[in-house]
Amino acid sequence: MSASLVREALDRADAVGAGRDGLNILVAVNPNAERDAERNAERDAERPAGSSGAGTADERPLAGVPVAIKDNIATLDVPTTCGSRILAGYVSPFEATVVERLRDAGAVVLGKTNMDEFAMGSSTEHSAYGPTRNPLDPSRVPGGSSGGSAAAVAAGIVRIALGSETGGSVRQPASFCGVVGVKPTYGRVSRYGLVAFASSLDQVGVLAQSVDDAALALGVIAGHDPRDATSAERAVPDYRRSVRRAATDAAPLAGIVVGRPREYFPAALHGGVRERCEFALDALVRLGATVREVSMPHTDFAIPVYYIVAPAEASSNLARFDGVRYGARVSAEAVTAMYDATRSQGFGPEVTRRILLGTYVLSAGYYDAYYKRAQDVRALITEDFRRVFADGVDLLFTPTTPTPAFKLGSISDPYEMYLNDIFTATANLSGVPAISIPIGVADGLPVGGQIIAPHFGEASMFAAAAALERALGTLARAGRASPAGDRP
Amino acid sequence: MSVSFDDVRHIAALARVGIDERRLPALASELSGILEHMAVLTRVETSTVEIPAAATDVPLRVDAGPPIPLARPLPAFAPMMRDGFLIVPRLATHGGEGPGRASESSGDDRPDDEDSE
Repeated sequence: MSASLVREALDRADAVGAGRDGLNILVAVNPNAERDAERNAERDAERPAGSSGAGTADERPLAGVPVAIKDNIATLDVPTTCGSRILAGYVSPFEATVVERLRDAGAVVLGKTNMDEFAMGSSTEHSAYGPTRNPLDPSRVPGGSSGGSAAAVAAGIVRIALGSETGGSVRQPASFCGVVGVKPTYGRVSRYGLVAFASSLDQVGVLAQSVDDAALALGVIAGHDPRDATSAERAVPDYRRSVRRAATDAAPLAGIVVGRPREYFPAALHGGVRERCEFALDALVRLGATVREVSMPHTDFAIPVYYIVAPAEASSNLARFDGVRYGARVSAEAVTAMYDATRSQGFGPEVTRRILLGTYVLSAGYYDAYYKRAQDVRALITEDFRRVFADGVDLLFTPTTPTPAFKLGSISDPYEMYLNDIFTATANLSGVPAISIPIGVADGLPVGGQIIAPHFGEASMFAAAAALERALGTLARAGRASPAGDRP
Repeated sequence: MSVSFDDVRHIAALARVGIDERRLPALASELSGILEHMAVLTRVETSTVEIPAAATDVPLRVDAGPPIPLARPLPAFAPMMRDGFLIVPRLATHGGEGPGRASESSGDDRPDDEDSE
């Protein structure tokens, strides 16, 4: 059974053209995937009937399910390259906690997915492997930086994939590809084995075909890990129970107050995205929620703040890639020349740009003007969330992105690309959880709606998302009805 | 804020990234363009900011790991310590007096990973 699921996934990957010459979704396929699935099945079959051990649906809820892993999450079977030349061929000597937990739950690692180099990008165009294409329209980007994982789910290769979030890198591609994307609370999921980009923002996230699958996967990977100092020691609720309740209750959101922050609905918002969001808000009311207009006045500063804080942290985190310990090395006579040459030739243009930007804002004379001020404004953005939730709002609803997926190569200005994160970066800056779910179609492309919850409020977030998913039904899924790979 | 060619050379040296001189104009222009957008932050009133910039309400544990598992107790292979660091024999290529001299005469005092496996 489980081996056949892996075979089906590999066949599906071939059928949709997930390789480098096609949609360029998978950068590496796990050569042991089918063997792992068979061993899983044998191990489960050997357990005595009625055993309370692994093999039961409760303990191995992902038995035999193939999953795809973003290329910046450490795996033992296949290289972990972060979509970068500087890590070409690098195989981690250990596995990320999230991957271990998926395996313990019975999942099989199918392969690694393409991404913007070191997770820096919003289109998966900045990869040493070349761009990933959106399965729903190959002339468009899948979003980024977890574009390969979102495309793998959208193309029907896997039900569940792991991504990572620093400023919206799970939710934005989920929105562009018409799938579900979850960014958990900062500290909810272990980052042990996630290659660091910006440590005060990074979280592992989930991409999935449905809210229920996303809840299932997050429940598996969430929880304390002593190997990650920022991992929270808090019990993990049964997220699927929240989803099931929402699916059966006639008015699942009765008594829930949903905030509609006016700053997330600017005049420049794409008309189709606005229309779909208003339709979704009406659906939330029909589900029993009360929608209240709120203001989060520091939202407009999120992008300047994010693009100071994240590059500053990246310039420090990526200092370790110098040709000595990891991946590629460009030889030179002096060691400093070797550093310069390795990093110059190993990093792509966007990563180089952000390392330089981060170094600049941290350098003498500019630290207070940029980095310290950005941290102060970040505190105000966090305070916006605290105040709104303290004033009786249970959840927030916003668009996930300002527009649907754009054409490959259509955005060349770096700052214009950064603006894709305008509605998502705030959750990373403040640490709150958020989910993007498909809410309909505009211009023939999927539109994502975002639900944001207070810290560790994933259970109520999943309940609202499941209720909305059910209410919108096939309308929301229309965008991924015919993946391009099915076309002749 | 306009970033000069010298600024780019300076930060590239700090970041240990070799930059081709022909890329300087483009990089200086791109960085200047990005930083112009950051100027909006100067308009934000931040004098009353008191809450920590890190994500609030997120419980963090003490930044300390579990004890390091050792095959032998620390004094068995590293009898001398100072300020939490092991004192090891001074290398022949590093002359001068030093606290490590006390253990130079005995190979048994040196940390030995092979023995601890």
